Amino acid sequence: MKTLITSTEDKLNAAFDKRFGRAAWFCVLDESTGETAFYPNENINATGGAGTKAAEKVVELGVGKIISGDFGPKAKELLNKFNIQMVIIEEEDLSVKEIVERIKK
Amino acid sequence: MARPKSLRKVVKPPGFKGYKPYGASGTKGEAVELLYEEYEALKLADYDLMSHQEASELMGVSRATFARIYERARRKMAKALVEVKEIKSVYGHAWLDKSWFVCNHCDARFTMPSTMKERSCPVCKSFCIESLTDDK
Ligand SMILES: [Zn+2]
Repeated sequence: MKTLITSTEDKLNAAFDKRFGRAAWFCVLDESTGETAFYPNENINATGGAGTKAAEKVVELGVGKIISGDFGPKAKELLNKFNIQMVIIEEEDLSVKEIVERIKK
Repeated sequence: MARPKSLRKVVKPPGFKGYKPYGASGTKGEAVELLYEEYEALKLADYDLMSHQEASELMGVSRATFARIYERARRKMAKALVEVKEIKSVYGHAWLDKSWFVCNHCDARFTMPSTMKERSCPVCKSFCIESLTDDK
């Protein structure tokens, strides 16, 4: 299964971005191969509906689970509809790499 | 398998929406967000002077989880004081939604889509998870 982690930059040791719709980058981890890929969030500066657009992007990427710090009501609704698992981590100062390692362990 | 139980019931929510420093030359940056459960951990341990064991039982979480919540609460309070920040009390993000779970091992909160087969934490794979909404 593919897991998406919101990231501030396009590298593994970037800080975990706690926003979903307005995260700078999406890191997609393929749990079967352990490989990661980064996708820019094209809608980061959208005036409205960033959460909805991010959720649509997630569906397009074929992701089954998302790790972020928070989800807006619109994003939640859409992700629920598509049976995509939402995961909230509230810890401060985490890197994307640390989260990837937790999943892989 | 772990018995799902009601969770982190905040015995009494904080009697404030936030705190603001005064006599300071303006506050800096964003407010510190104190979750209800963090407020409660602080209250039970440092105001009611309970042991971590007692407090964790009262909150319905493991001792390790309690220790983590408590530590986070203290760090946030220290940060607010030292960095002259406002404190906002926030209802734990996911609590009011249905079908959210929490992992007692790593503290992640998550939904469980009906297509999901495994009843384990999506981050650390622990089976020690509990529902945030079950009232039994
Ligand atoms: Zn976990």
